[in-house]
Amino acid sequence: MELRRHPSILAGGDWKSTGFLGVLVLVAVIVPLLNRAVPSTSSLHLSAYALTLVGKYMCYAMLALAIDLIWGYCGILSLGHAVFFSLGGYAMGMYLMRQIGTRGVYGDPVLPDFMVFLNWKSLPWFWYGFDHFGFALAMTVLAPAALALVFGWFAFRSRVTGVYFSIITQALSYALMLAFFRNDMGFGGNNGFTDFKEILGFDLHSDSTRVGLLVATAFALAATYIACRAIVSSRAGRVMRAIRDGESRTRFLGYPVESFKLGVFVFSAAIAGVAGALYVPQVGIINPSEFAPINSIESVIWVAVGGRGTLYGAAVGAVVVNYAKTYLTGALPEVWLYALGALFVFVTLFLPRGIVGLLPMKDKHR
Amino acid sequence: MISEKILYLENLTVSFDGFKALDDLTLYVDPGELRCIIGPNGAGKTTMMDVITGKTRPTSGTAWFGRELDLLKLSEPEIAQAGIGRKFQKPTVFEQLTVFENLELSLAGKKSFIRTLLARLSPAQQKKIDEVLDIIGLGNERNKPGSVLSHGQKQWLEIGMLLMQEPELLLVDEPVAGMTPQETERTAQLLQSLAGDHSVVVVEHDMDFVRSIARKVTVLHEGRVIAEGDMDQVQNDPRVREVYLGE
Repeated sequence: MELRRHPSILAGGDWKSTGFLGVLVLVAVIVPLLNRAVPSTSSLHLSAYALTLVGKYMCYAMLALAIDLIWGYCGILSLGHAVFFSLGGYAMGMYLMRQIGTRGVYGDPVLPDFMVFLNWKSLPWFWYGFDHFGFALAMTVLAPAALALVFGWFAFRSRVTGVYFSIITQALSYALMLAFFRNDMGFGGNNGFTDFKEILGFDLHSDSTRVGLLVATAFALAATYIACRAIVSSRAGRVMRAIRDGESRTRFLGYPVESFKLGVFVFSAAIAGVAGALYVPQVGIINPSEFAPINSIESVIWVAVGGRGTLYGAAVGAVVVNYAKTYLTGALPEVWLYALGALFVFVTLFLPRGIVGLLPMKDKHR
Repeated sequence: MISEKILYLENLTVSFDGFKALDDLTLYVDPGELRCIIGPNGAGKTTMMDVITGKTRPTSGTAWFGRELDLLKLSEPEIAQAGIGRKFQKPTVFEQLTVFENLELSLAGKKSFIRTLLARLSPAQQKKIDEVLDIIGLGNERNKPGSVLSHGQKQWLEIGMLLMQEPELLLVDEPVAGMTPQETERTAQLLQSLAGDHSVVVVEHDMDFVRSIARKVTVLHEGRVIAEGDMDQVQNDPRVREVYLGE
């Protein structure tokens, strides 16, 4: 009968998912070991820099999953996902700023340095609560989700689709970037937040905290993957693909297409927010340039390069492209943007199913 | 005695920038009837379907589904939910989904995001899909994606998708266009087997096909009904001969 109807991700329903989750477990075990257990004199030792890099790539992979969920499966090309990533990052950054306390340059117990510098006397209302980790964590999900809800509600209800939707998401990115650049927004202006000291009482500069963050990121990425896989394997996932392939036909079948799009868009934005929240303590800074339209476009390229509509492909693409970026911007900085463009053209022309399209198609139907 | 109809279209007018696609059109459909609508290009056949399914709103007139439902007040998904299924001219099955999945998505029932997220196929639904696969004769193709089906198979799958929704009224737009003679014959049998349990309205150009299935034919011309009756009556109507058969 229809065994595929109840796909069990963990029971090895499909080998690519099992493989992907297996690799994540390996990363979460081996990378910390290489850093903590291997002496720093050994050539196998992994530096704190490399550790952070792996953590960063996994945050990007989460962002790529978020994009693949809506683009690869539901056909909505958002060129504004860096916005949700940044909002999650800012929410986490606000918590980290409050943790600095009297250790800031001005030593004010409540106000972050930039507020003292601006001669502000008290904390703005929207900073209340961010000294609590739980509240900040909730905000890393709720803030991007709320923006996606409002933005998506207007866009989808007006049946803004295709390239028009992509363009207004770019406009959204640009508008928010400009807004966050302003000092009186209360988010640190163009400097953003940095000089973080600790998270939940752990020193952010110690290797053991970095290892903890890396493991947490691997866990979050795995959980995101399982959640996304569950969605795309459900009947709702099949409706999403139906919307992608024939929106008005799906509407005629009686599905409320707009609410599907909105639901998936909001969920996707929430994932991007969590990815941003995990990113900020690892890289140690968040500023308005994270909102830049080019960041959103780059993350869509990761998904295209890895292979859209597969989930694991998006994650692979994020890691491969970012590894290339790390390498090239170090070795030949002026070449990077050309290389990115060339890669995108190459993949579009010769690998329409992305890097993972080279894998054998075991399941006759993806 | 006035018998209960399933569809009441009365005095419908649709104008696009002064051009009247429908002009004071009045049409009734009986429960369980198989009705063919014919007419030259631009007669308003497709516009009429669009009004019934909520895609186009008329400038004036009324459209009722049974005695209870005012179609002009319902949205497209609401009309589909209420029991009117439409098969489009071009087969529009979901090419990336399998035959089985195409039918699964067409199941009647709750269709909200959350419900479908948690939906599991019940034995009754499984049975329903198997039944429909049987009716449309695609049992062997159940796990093939829509993209590999032949033209005729796509049309049948689409009719199957309509049947999954257990519609009271089926609107079928040019079902045999582009079909081989064997496929056409198979389609005629299929549509005839559906009438009785469902009301079926077929829009078609192929006169031989219409003659082979129709009990009652309505002829549209310039947005109006110009003749109605069995095939012989209609073919002998002088106005029909004039506008449709070009005499």
